[in-house]
Amino acid sequence: MADTTTAPAPSAVEAAPAPSHTSIVIREAVIAAVIAAALASILLGARTDIAPGGLSLEYRPWNIVIAAVVVFFGKLALGFLGPRSGVDLGGAFSGLAPSGDALSHAGTYVQPALLVLAVVGPFLLLSTYGGSGARQYIELAILILTYIMLGWGLNIVVGLAGLLDLGYVAFYAVGAYSYALMALHFGLSFWVCLPLAGLIAALWGVMLGFPVLRLRGDYLAIVTLAFGEIIRVVLLNWYEFTGGPDGLSRIPRPSFFGIEFSRGDGGFADVFGLAYSPIHRIIFLYFLILSLALLTYFISIRLRRLPIGRAWEALREDEIACRALGINTTTTKLTAFALGAMFGGFAGSFFATKQGFISPESFTFIESAVILAIVVLGGLGSQLGVVIAATLFIGGFEFFREFEQYRMLVFGLSMVFIMVWKPRGLISRREPSVFLKKRKAISGDLVGEGAG
Amino acid sequence: MEYFLQQLINGITLGSIYGLIAIGYTMVYGIIGMINFAHGDIFMVGSFIALALILMLGVAASAPMAILLVALLGVLALSMALTAVWGWAVERLAYRPLRGSFRLAPLITAIGMSLALQNFVQIAQGARNKPLEPLISGGFSFPANPAPGQFSVQLSYMQIGIVVTTVALMVGFSLLISRTALGRAQRACEQDRKMASLLGVDVDKTISVTFVTGAALAAVAGMFFLLYYGVIDFFIGFVAGVKAFTAAVLGGIGSLPGAMLGGLLIGLIEAFWSGYFSSDYKDVAAFSILVIVLIFMPSGLLGRPEIEKV
Repeated sequence: MADTTTAPAPSAVEAAPAPSHTSIVIREAVIAAVIAAALASILLGARTDIAPGGLSLEYRPWNIVIAAVVVFFGKLALGFLGPRSGVDLGGAFSGLAPSGDALSHAGTYVQPALLVLAVVGPFLLLSTYGGSGARQYIELAILILTYIMLGWGLNIVVGLAGLLDLGYVAFYAVGAYSYALMALHFGLSFWVCLPLAGLIAALWGVMLGFPVLRLRGDYLAIVTLAFGEIIRVVLLNWYEFTGGPDGLSRIPRPSFFGIEFSRGDGGFADVFGLAYSPIHRIIFLYFLILSLALLTYFISIRLRRLPIGRAWEALREDEIACRALGINTTTTKLTAFALGAMFGGFAGSFFATKQGFISPESFTFIESAVILAIVVLGGLGSQLGVVIAATLFIGGFEFFREFEQYRMLVFGLSMVFIMVWKPRGLISRREPSVFLKKRKAISGDLVGEGAG
Repeated sequence: MEYFLQQLINGITLGSIYGLIAIGYTMVYGIIGMINFAHGDIFMVGSFIALALILMLGVAASAPMAILLVALLGVLALSMALTAVWGWAVERLAYRPLRGSFRLAPLITAIGMSLALQNFVQIAQGARNKPLEPLISGGFSFPANPAPGQFSVQLSYMQIGIVVTTVALMVGFSLLISRTALGRAQRACEQDRKMASLLGVDVDKTISVTFVTGAALAAVAGMFFLLYYGVIDFFIGFVAGVKAFTAAVLGGIGSLPGAMLGGLLIGLIEAFWSGYFSSDYKDVAAFSILVIVLIFMPSGLLGRPEIEKV
């Protein structure tokens, strides 16, 4: 593994003559290569496999050599081109960085443009690829939009109120199961269930929020994680109610305000005088999630300017000052939890109706981690950042579908890399909600974070 | 009564394993105030390294007891050393560059590292379970010749070995922290990092050493887990990690005896819960304990209450 140090350049290195810098770099590269060989020695150099009569061991010594050589040259390259050398590699990267910042500066133009693109996108795809060809792209867009919506929902809790939530997927699960159970047992339609599922999820948000009011930062993170796991384990084991590991299937599909997307009389195509095509349902689902996501977006943007939103941000910056100013931190935290959970619940209902089948498999901790990563890597509190990060990650996931087994590895490493590279996320500018004379974006470094 | 004793023995064994992992969490939290999310996966890496070493050396149950013990001690020492390198590398790559950054940043890289380690091991070693034949079998049973239908308590040599080694390591480790210069530097960094660095303590090195020792102890836990349960996979780190963290919090984070005590309690709770209620919900029991402790006793059993300064 490459030893990517970003410690500030020690002055000794700058003062030393060039040959000595070379020798330092080579020595460090050798050390890094030795360490890489030690890391790889067992896990890459030998593979255990199940064989008749126990386990067998297969030696793969070349892997160790490859790992050491790759790290050696990687470290050499970093040493000569990286931050410690005179060469400013940061400059090469910063060519990318302003584009993100420029995006947020030009947010006034970019956001409407993105919105227009989102609205006409499916029709463009349809006309380009035809009904069957466009389907996979629209489904990918639906997936990305689901994560964008979840990211915006979580942004209320983490980005605005500064409460670190590692169990967000629990509300997603609550929303999905509420819709599925209500639809299956009471035959309620999607449009009735959607607000109910949101309400139930919000209720769970309050139920979780209430006991953890006193916790902050990392403790809060671990308790929310535990809560998410509890929900998942209960869903997995309460066989009579949730179907256990088999999940719930044959969940009703959504209808176009009462008109089913079915072939034949009374179906969507029949009513609107179109030729029947399964793509209609996909496009409808796309616009459904688009409007749900936009709802999340506008509500959180508007709330940010209301007293409650200001209270959230004040809470994020300094809880003690908040109390001193007479803000009721209990209700402030609970509303953040409840609203975040509600949007998670909406997204969950959508997920259930889109898939038609849900099981606890879909609601593991990994999902929470992915959603949180989207929020943090996009830039905490930045709405546009969530869009960029979700498109990057979820799109990347699908793009590398052939390399199924490697993608979580790449995902994890890129989380580390992006965080080390830009700790404030891809979009590191924030729009202040209160300003004295002129609105101007401020650096994310000036904003508090999930310290509670 | 016999059943109770049996669960007690099982719980103490399990608790020793959790305690060893919990020390890594509690020390790291004490010194840099972050949850080292990847620590559970370091434990998993440790158990895989131990498994490969056992197979490499051809350690088998058929060997004489003395040779077997020496071989296992050798495997233990080697896997501690190699896992420690992993712990060091994770700190160097994912946490050190972010020191002084905002608090969420290292937590995110820690989650990223945890995912990366899990999937790295999955790719390198395969996703299937790795069963290992029991190496140390046999033990005592009370009563030795139970009447038909009578429950007899089993105390295996393996369990004795785990508990004895854990106690020995704990004593050694406590001495290391309380008596040596290294331990002094660690405690100094825990109290005030800036002041410690002004007084000539190499803070970066001390933090590295903390990660290295934590990883070495997690490697011991990993090997015990492998020998005790006889089966591992790439996902064992997550649940074990969360439970060990629960143990650290329960005992009072930052406190070494607290971590051990917390580990024992979590092990006992889990053993009794699965013994008397249902094993399906044993994770729920452990997680609920975490929630309850944090709500009613945020500083844990042996921890110092955190004083909030404005």
